[in-house]
Amino acid sequence: MLTEKQSTERFRPVLNSRARRATGTATALAAALILSSCGGSTAGEDGASGSGCVDTSGDSIKLGFLQSTSGVMSISEQTVRDSLSLAMEEINADGGIMGKQIEPVVEDGASDPAIFAEKIEKLLTADCVAAVFGGWTSASRKAMLPVVEANNGLLFYPVQYEGLEASENIYYTGATTNQQIIPAMEFLAAEGAKTLFLAGSDYVFPRTANKIIKQYAAELGIEIVGEEYVPLDDDNWTTQVAKIVAAKPDFVFNTINGSSNVGFIKAYYEQGLGPDTSPIISVSIAEEEAPAMGHPVTGQYAAWNYFESVDSAANSDFIAAFKDKYGAGRPTSDPMEAAYTSLYLYKNIVEKAGSFDVDEVNGASDGVSYDAPEGTVVIDGDNHHISKTALIGQINADNQFDVVFSSDGPIEPDPFLEGYDWWDPAAE
Amino acid sequence: MSPKTLSLLRTFAPLLGIAALAVVMLVVAPAVLSPFRLNSLGKYTCWAIAAVGIGLAWGRGGMLVLGQGVFFGLGGYSMAMHLKLEAAGPDGVPDFMLLYGDGTMPAFWEPFRSGPFTIFAILALPAIAATVLGWAIFKRRVKGAYFAILTQAMAVVFATLLVATIQETGGFNGLNQFTQFFGYNLYDPVNKQMVYSITVVLLIVCLLIVWQLYRSRFGELLVATRDAEERVRFLGHDPANIKLVAFVVAAMMASVGGAMFAPIAGIISPSDVDATASIFLIAGVALGGRALFLGPALGALTVGYGRTSLSEAFPNQWTYFLGAMFIVVILLLPRGVGDLPRLVRSALDRRTSA
Repeated sequence: MLTEKQSTERFRPVLNSRARRATGTATALAAALILSSCGGSTAGEDGASGSGCVDTSGDSIKLGFLQSTSGVMSISEQTVRDSLSLAMEEINADGGIMGKQIEPVVEDGASDPAIFAEKIEKLLTADCVAAVFGGWTSASRKAMLPVVEANNGLLFYPVQYEGLEASENIYYTGATTNQQIIPAMEFLAAEGAKTLFLAGSDYVFPRTANKIIKQYAAELGIEIVGEEYVPLDDDNWTTQVAKIVAAKPDFVFNTINGSSNVGFIKAYYEQGLGPDTSPIISVSIAEEEAPAMGHPVTGQYAAWNYFESVDSAANSDFIAAFKDKYGAGRPTSDPMEAAYTSLYLYKNIVEKAGSFDVDEVNGASDGVSYDAPEGTVVIDGDNHHISKTALIGQINADNQFDVVFSSDGPIEPDPFLEGYDWWDPAAE
Repeated sequence: MSPKTLSLLRTFAPLLGIAALAVVMLVVAPAVLSPFRLNSLGKYTCWAIAAVGIGLAWGRGGMLVLGQGVFFGLGGYSMAMHLKLEAAGPDGVPDFMLLYGDGTMPAFWEPFRSGPFTIFAILALPAIAATVLGWAIFKRRVKGAYFAILTQAMAVVFATLLVATIQETGGFNGLNQFTQFFGYNLYDPVNKQMVYSITVVLLIVCLLIVWQLYRSRFGELLVATRDAEERVRFLGHDPANIKLVAFVVAAMMASVGGAMFAPIAGIISPSDVDATASIFLIAGVALGGRALFLGPALGALTVGYGRTSLSEAFPNQWTYFLGAMFIVVILLLPRGVGDLPRLVRSALDRRTSA
């Protein structure tokens, strides 16, 4: 390329003594600069961290909304953003939190854990928000955890997850395993299942969930006849589904996340499986996903803590308000409801504490409740999770869920499964 | 100005550029930026270090390296493993191994308890990997699009491997929750600034190495190989060896950038080293001007800053703006923004001569 040859003229070798001297000078200069910058750094910078910068003097309060609005997770996380915006508008119309209007600071996590870590630090230290509402994948939550702890901030995380975590600086408004996975296993035992096949995406949630499922299955006398993983962004399930066909399990426990489900469902029906032979129980297919599977999934099951079909006054109001704002075609789902609930819970804690200060909020959070669309939820001040009723729904022809099983009232959160003596975290 | 001073100025312009960059990044930036913004600048600096290597391999050597994320990741994960073990304490096991598995640590983690070994690994691992790979590729005279596809595939394989080895590498979540950096508490702003300063110094060192390489006989041969490989061979040089050196140096620089990325970003995960991340590195180099001396580094810093500021200003539309920026630059300034002064100069020359 002619043009590139031209540019090289500027770098013709001129190896004379002057050039050498210049190199030496540059090195010395660089060394001096390092020393000067190190010297400067020791002078007081201690006010840099800590959430002491939150401004509560005005008639508004800043809250951070951190969801992925670009990248693979944006389809899911946008729905959470929408329900948070709805909750915010309702609270503001009703007078705000302690009389202060919510002023949202919106950021994009870009489906990348490192971006989540960067953005939450920005929200806490540069924007000085009082609390952040966000995250979907466990990877994003794990990435934000050290940042929110180092800055003594607050994060409200709205998605069911694998448990085994409790941070002073995070409130978990989705289900932990004893509110979703374990009730689902109890449902399978009640249905008389003897054999179970595990299919999941290859990341932390399915791995941990299956570790719990395997230990509880041994306790319940259910035999695990297969366990298969496929990477999150992979949708080729043909060989794995062939193993399901061969194993003929009573149920398939599906912990696949995201669009990989489409490939799984396709292979499942193509190879002759169906709800009458080996029904699927899923923990990440909700109202939003069911119509997008490429094949009707009528008759299959899902374990959640909220369905659009839940019959309560609070839920009717929530659904009506949501459809009014975003259109009648938009379904509501469990993570959306958990995010909506999280903002109201925050309002209730702050108003109980009489303060936006993180330590005072934490001091007041125990026992705070909210009449959520899923039913009344109560915060456990020790582990920062909330009580939730476990539900199993069966998908009907309208891609809505008919509730076929419900726990006896709300289940207290137990993220480390301390109340389950069959659980051994150190075992394989 | 006499022609002589002009030519001297041209020779030392790169050094003046480095000096200016050093003053801005080591003196001005810490004085005016908040600790959070300084840390973000440190992150862009890590990408800039990798970009300097890409400038050598692609801008000067003509090798479109689409998989530098692999080497970025080798350095990043080496460092992250050490930081993870430091956080776990002596004889401790990283927390995620208990969470996802039975708490036994794979044997290859053990040497990373040692700081000196980690630094050695950060330089040696990419050098060995790039030498083996480069040798096989260049001796077979694989080049052009085939080379680019091969390196890109490498990045895909690497990220898939990381995701699949959840018990060994943390999988999709990657590694995070580092508490100290070679004994220094990472929550202390003073130490964070020290890590930033080290990163900037490493960028300057890489720029000086590249400056020296460009001025040397090797630099001339590299450009000659890029423009007319057959003629170089005809003159008695083996182009494979010349390309190999540039490829290995670029890999080591990417690894150093990755190694500093882990403590600065506080996390390293497959999405920081996969094919998309690799293309993002290339984008900065293309934007700044791949064949120019400071183009790659400044391009990477600009793209990093642009990504942050655009996404803060337009959280829902920023990816479109970023894409539009690339299209505009590639269409109007195919040799990068750094090429603008030359274009202006030649336009002025044309006008005066007309």
